[in-house]
Order: sequence, then C-alpha cells, then structure tokens
Amino acid sequence: MADTKEESRIGVFICHCGTNIAGSLSIEDVKKYAETLDGVVVADDYQYMCSTPGQSKIIDAIKEHNLNGVVVAACSPRLHEPTFRTATEEGGLNKFRFEMANIRDQNSWVHMHDWEGATEKAKDQVLIAVAKCRMLEDLQPKSVPVEHAALVLGAGIGGMQAALDLASAGIKTYLVEKLPTVGGRMSQLDKTFPTLDCSQCILTPKMVDVGRHPNIELRTYTEVEKVEGYIGNFTITLRKKARGVLDPTEAEARGYVGGGCNGCGDCAEVCPVIKPNPFEMGMAPRKAIYIYHAQVMPLLYTIDFDSCVKCGLCVDACGPEKRAIDLESVDTFEEIKVGTCILAIGYDYIPIEEKREWGYKQFDNVITGLEFERLICASGPTTGHLIRPSDGQTPMKVGFVLCAGSRDNTGGVAKPYCSRFCCMYCLKHAHQIMEKIPGAVPYLFYMDIRAFGKMYEEFYYRVQSEGAKFIRGRVANILEDPTTKNLTVYTEDTLLGRPVAMEMDMVVLAAAVQPKADAEKIRQMFGVSKSQDGWLLEAHPKLNPCGTTTAGIYLAGVCQGPKDIPDTVAQAEGAASAASIPIHTGEVQLEPYFAQCNEEICAGCGMCLNQCPYGALALVEKNGRTVMEVTEAKCKGCGTCGGFCPGGAIKMQHFTSPQICAQIDAFLLKGEDY
Amino acid sequence: MTDENWNPKIIAIICNWCSYAGADLAGGARIQYPPDVRAIRVMCTGRVDPLFIMKAFQDGADGMLISGCHFGDCHYLEGNYKCAKRMFLVKTLLKNIGLNDKRLRMTFVSASEGAKWGEVMEDVVKTVKELGPSPIKKYQR
Ligand SMILES: Cc1cc2nc3c(=O)[nH]c(=O)nc-3n(C[C@H](O)[C@H](O)[C@H](O)COP(=O)(O)OP(=O)(O)OC[C@H]3O[C@@H](n4cnc5c(N)ncnc54)[C@H](O)[C@@H]3O)c2cc1C
Ligand code: SF4
Ligand code: SF4
Ligand code: FES
Repeated sequence: MADTKEESRIGVFICHCGTNIAGSLSIEDVKKYAETLDGVVVADDYQYMCSTPGQSKIIDAIKEHNLNGVVVAACSPRLHEPTFRTATEEGGLNKFRFEMANIRDQNSWVHMHDWEGATEKAKDQVLIAVAKCRMLEDLQPKSVPVEHAALVLGAGIGGMQAALDLASAGIKTYLVEKLPTVGGRMSQLDKTFPTLDCSQCILTPKMVDVGRHPNIELRTYTEVEKVEGYIGNFTITLRKKARGVLDPTEAEARGYVGGGCNGCGDCAEVCPVIKPNPFEMGMAPRKAIYIYHAQVMPLLYTIDFDSCVKCGLCVDACGPEKRAIDLESVDTFEEIKVGTCILAIGYDYIPIEEKREWGYKQFDNVITGLEFERLICASGPTTGHLIRPSDGQTPMKVGFVLCAGSRDNTGGVAKPYCSRFCCMYCLKHAHQIMEKIPGAVPYLFYMDIRAFGKMYEEFYYRVQSEGAKFIRGRVANILEDPTTKNLTVYTEDTLLGRPVAMEMDMVVLAAAVQPKADAEKIRQMFGVSKSQDGWLLEAHPKLNPCGTTTAGIYLAGVCQGPKDIPDTVAQAEGAASAASIPIHTGEVQLEPYFAQCNEEICAGCGMCLNQCPYGALALVEKNGRTVMEVTEAKCKGCGTCGGFCPGGAIKMQHFTSPQICAQIDAFLLKGEDY
Repeated sequence: MTDENWNPKIIAIICNWCSYAGADLAGGARIQYPPDVRAIRVMCTGRVDPLFIMKAFQDGADGMLISGCHFGDCHYLEGNYKCAKRMFLVKTLLKNIGLNDKRLRMTFVSASEGAKWGEVMEDVVKTVKELGPSPIKKYQR
C-alpha cells in the first residue's frame, strides 16, 4: 500500500493550455509551490500537456525520476484523464497512479480577473491532488464481455436508420417502437424540403427494410419497462402491449396454421366504434380496431382496448380461418440482453393552444404545420385538397406564423430555442400552395428565415420568386370574423416600422417542438441527463454529439435537439457506428471503483445491504463469522455503501476514506497537525 | 468578526456526473465566481461519509458544500437521496456542537447548469463570509 510501504515519488506537471491557464494565474508560482510538497520529486510545466511532447515529458520523467505517482494540473479529468492515464501507463506505471488538478475549467476560466485568488486556488488544487496521489494504489481495470446485440428505441427515421446500419454491420438489433407502426413523424409528411421528394416514397422502402432485415428484431406496440446493467450487459424488460390481433407467427403458435392477420381490414369495416385517427391529426376517423394508414409496417391491425366495447363483430368478420383476433389478449413481457442502446424517441409539438393569442382550437381555420401536411397529402383525409376546416372552401390567402412558440422568452409553454425545421417547412408549404391552387398567395409572418442547410437558401429564393409574401414581425394576435370565419392577423412589420392587420382565409402555426412527454421517464431509466431545455444531453456538444455520459447509451434524431431529416439520419448513422464499436471489440473495460469489505472490521450488522441500489451486497458466513460480501459484477462503484458503513469496513477503491480525508486535511491543515 | 481580507476555507465534495460536469460547464461559459471553494471529486454524493464533513469542520473548515445530481437524476439511481438523508443527521450534529448548520449546504446542480453552479458558488461564499470564521479554530491547540 502506497501510504505506508513505499516512499512517494511524485511528478507534478502544470499545463499552460496556451494562455487559457497561463493568462489567468502564475504557472511559475504554482510550480515552485509544487516542488516544496511532501513526496514531490519533480515539477515541470509545458504549453500543452496533452500534446505529444507534453505527454513525453510525463513518460520520460517517470523513467528518469523513478516516479510512482503523476499529477497533472490542467483541464478537467472528464476531458483528459484518459489521455494522461495512458501516458502514465506508457511510462511504466499502473494507470491508476494518476491524479488530476482541474485548474482550467474550475479555476482560470472562472476567475479570469483575480490573478492572486486563482494562483492561490491552483496551489491548493495541486496540494489536494498530491495528497491523494500519495495514497493511490495499483488497480486492474475489469474487462467484461459485450453482448452481441443492440437496442434502438423509437422507430422514426432516426431509429430506423440506426437499426438498419447496426443490423447491416452484423449486429442483432432490437428495434422497439411504442406505436403500432414504424415510421415516426416523417410518415405524416407529404413532401420534404428542399428537394420536394415525396416523404412516403423515400420512407416506405426503409420501413419495409426494417421489417424484413434478418438481423432486426422488430417490436412494435412495445415499451421499455425496466433497464438494468451497464455497457456490454444491459438487461431490458419490454412490455408488449395487448394488441388484440395475432400476426401469422403468433397464430401458428396457437395452432391456427395459415391464420393470423393479413391486413384485409374486414374487421374495421364492421367495428361500430369510431374514434379520431391521431395519425391524421384527428381529422379522419378510425375504428376501435385500426391501422393508421395504408403503408403501416407491420401490416397488422391493432385494437384500442380503451375504446373497444368487446361486441365481437370483428371476430366474426375475421372468420374461422384467420382467427386473428383475440379480445382477451393481455400485455406480455420479454427480457432482452444487449450490449449498447440508441435512444431515438423523437418529439412532439408544444400544446400551442395554450398560446391563446393565436387562437388554435378556438378558431376553426387556425391549424398547425402537421395538420397542413395531412391536408395537402394525397393520401390524407381530403385526398390532398387543401380546404378550410370551417366550410370546406379552398383558401386563397394563407398566413403562416413562424416561430410560433419558438425563440420566445415569455415563459409558459413557449421555448427559448429555435425549432430549426419550421422555417423550411413553411417555405415548403408556401410552395405547395402556389403549385396546387392557382392564384393562392401564402403570407409568411417571420422573425428571420433560417435557411441554413445545403440548397436551403436557394429554395428560399425560389419560393420568393414564385410570389410568396414575407412580412417580418412576430404575430401579436389573431382574431376571427364570426360570420365569414376569416382571420385577421395583427403584427408589426418591423421592416416598415408600422403595425399591420391582414385578413387571411386560413392560418398555419409553425408550432415549436418539445421532447416527448415520456422522455423524462425514459431518460431516467437509461441514466441519461437532459439539457437545460429538456432535450436529452449529449456527452459533448461538439466532440461527442451522439454519445451520452452513460457508457453504452447513444442518441439519434430530434430527441437530442430539433433537427431536420438529413441531420437526423446523419446523427443516426453516427450513433450506430459508435454503438457498434464496443460490440465489435467484444469487451469493454470498466473502471475498478468497486466496493470491498474489510472482513476484519465488518461487524456483520448488514445495515449497508439496503444502501446499495443494485443489490450487490449480501451477508455471508466466513470462518464462523457473519460478514458482508460484495458481488463485483453488480457493483457500479457509487460508494453509497462506503459512505454509510458506521464501522468504516467498506473500502471504495480509488475513492477510499483515507484518500478523501487526506485531501481534506491537506487543504485545511497544510501539513500542520493543528 | 469578519475582516475585509479574510478568505474563508470552504470544501466542496461533488459528484462526477452532475455537479462536477456543471462546474466544468461554468468554466466553458466563462462564468465568473469567487475562488474560495476547493472541490473534491467523488463518483456520487452517496460516497459522502458524515465522517468527511465532521473531519473538515474539525480541521477548521469555515464551510462545506455537498453537491450532486437532482433527485431522480443520480447516475446510480438514489445515491443523492441517501446522501441528503445523512445531511439531516450531520446538520443536527453540527448544531449540537454549537456550529451554525448553515455552514453545511447540499445543492443539486446538473451537468447542464453551469450558470447555476456559479450562483451556488457566489451564495455559499457569501453565506460563509457572513457567518465569519469557524469558532472551532479558537479551540484548536
Ligand atoms: C410539419 C412538419 C414538417 C416537416 N417537414 C420536414 C421536411 O420537409 N424535411 C425535413 O428534413 N424535416 C421535416 N420535418 C422534421 C422531421 O419531422 C424530423 O426531422 C424527423 O421526423 C425526426 O425523426 P426522429 O426519428 O428523430 O423522430 P420521430 O419522427 O418523432 O420518431 C420518433 C419515434 O419514436 C417513437 N417513440 C417515442 N417515444 C417512445 C418510447 N418511449 N418508446 C418507444 N418508442 C417511442 C415514436 O412513436 C416515433 O415513432 C418536419 C417536421 C414537421 C413538424
Ligand atoms: S370487438 Fe372491439 S374492435 Fe372488434 S368490432 Fe367490436 S369494438 Fe371493434
Ligand atoms: S459501491 Fe456499494 S452501494 Fe455502490 S454499487 Fe457498489 S456495492 Fe452497491
Ligand atoms: S451521481 Fe450525482 S448524486 Fe449520484
């Protein structure tokens, strides 16, 4: 053990980080101070410690001075601990003989105008790091095998792309979708900007591919119930919701050979219960036994048991050959084992009706962008005829309210961020109106047009030249004429600097988007953080946009933040690639921060047992005594048991009580024993 | 008893996944705060043994901060609940030995709350400065 047996020989290396550190505190003073510390045999500094020459300094010093500990005072261990641990190892030391002092992110960057204060703090940070370093011990990382399978949660375009990539790379992939069909929001769209390809035409082939890829295990109408384990070895419990309809395989399992749902729809024809179809944004009906639309994948009906009256008409209509309907079906559970997971759960609109000033759900002719998509789509409720909900007339003047609830700091349901795709879809909608309805004019009420993508600005010019009108100003409110049901849009034209009121036949709100309602639950189950705005938090905004801080969990699509289809697909491919690395490597190294029981001290009281959230602790009989035992495979190294044991019998590797006390003492006593 | 030049000694024990990341983010955003707090990183606030806190005050700390993830966000599910429970115990102990329990503070700062970390730093330093040096120092040999 480092504390008693061997004399400490520590090297301290201080990084300038260009002027990031050196510009706010005295590197020289810190270095001189480090040289005086107990156990320090060499102190050095360098422009960029993380560079190759910087790391060579560490490697050489270990050899030259026969070091047994390394301290680097630089940026955050969250960024560069792995780098310097590798250098420590290359120098011939165990890589856990390394400790870092965060004098950049938690010092020079936050005390930029306090040279003295920052220098004093940096000295203390080095002192505290050296105190810990003196007591570090050799540890062996634990290698665990990685399950050769992955989970993708959510089967929108993001999830489907990620699953296809993983599956094509030879990995068994569970694609789990909570709705009865894959496709996500993209399947609700008519055309896609800026190329105007038909959304279904480019999406359907992918939907079909996920259905028949031999490596994809598709689970629709299924939710995640429980997540256990860690990278390499997640055990995930799925809840397959009662669907009331058997697919051919399930039918065969019940002995109905050749039976099961073939998607004929005879059942829905006879079903007496009528409900709004959420896929059509409630603008078309569906029955209690339904499919969302003709291209669903899998083509399999579903019973909405919340509205089903169990009359049994569908069972008869389905007939004795198929026997596809089981009105008594119940939720079933399945446990799967995967090595890595990708979350791709997408987004929702904010409840835009709560912005009362724009009149959604008060005035018939105020609709949202998604409703517009369904109304303009040939397979939609009006077979592609854009009509006013109030009277079925064709609108000739259509207003678009951009940033409806986005870039809005007024609180409530409004969001401060930009929803990113609304500018572009409004341009798309404007184009579609002018193309479909001769003489119709779209009026776009906007703050800025953000046409940032490839060929987007060009599309903007095109829509301008086609005759769309642009009024720069945030819409203050919208009022309805009760007889004509026409709408008057009030805003200030900020380019002309005067208020305007314009009468429209119809208004489309480009409502802001927000995380799915259950994103919070999913996030906590998978141990992922959220950004300030509620979207799932990436590991690093620039350098690790697909990863999360929880090893083995990755993000794809809008659930990480608003993005359009090209960006969603790109991120999905990135996430799939990242998620496949541990699987293809076959093993991962876990940091060996396990709890250990000091059996001589352990009184066998068992009070620690329920401290552990993972059930890693148990009481066992050893040499005639009852003592606690840790199951290393279950321990994740939080230290909660170690923080609790009244006798101090639990040793938390790399965060031992003597190490932490030494850090406290070092700072407060500065080497004196009071 | 506070004089202008007195700098309080404050130790923070903060969890790796939320508060430490939040503190790093404050750095990235160049949020400026007073430099009096010295942080010790642990994996989770569940690791915080009441002993560490008593030890720090015995050594003459003027204040202590424990900061972790928000409830429900702990990387290890419930370490922060366990820690928060212990804080009640320790605060009672502090009062019993005649220390103002405001010297010990627990906060919850997530990985995306850089600005909040700055506010916590300001506030902790301000509170401890108002309370003045720890009376325990007087009793030390
Ligand atoms: C009106 C409108 C028009 C648009 N037009 C365009 C356009 O022309 N071009 C363009 O590039 N982009 C456009 N977009 C943006 C586009 O919709 C998104 O970029 C894209 O849908 C993002 O895909 P996704 O997979 O991330 O999310 P989604 O499409 O939302 O898919 C998420 C999937 O996850 C499922 N899910 C959610 N929660 C769970 C759970 N807990 N468990 C299991 N599954 C779950 C959902 O049911 C869904 O199937 C438009 C958006 C709107 C609103
Ligand atoms: S049993 Fe339910 S799903 Fe079937 S026809 Fe009757 S109401 Fe419709
Ligand atoms: S450190 Fe202790 S409480 Fe935490 S996971 Fe390991 S055994 Fe359980
Ligand atoms: S990991 Fe932050 S409090 Fe547990």
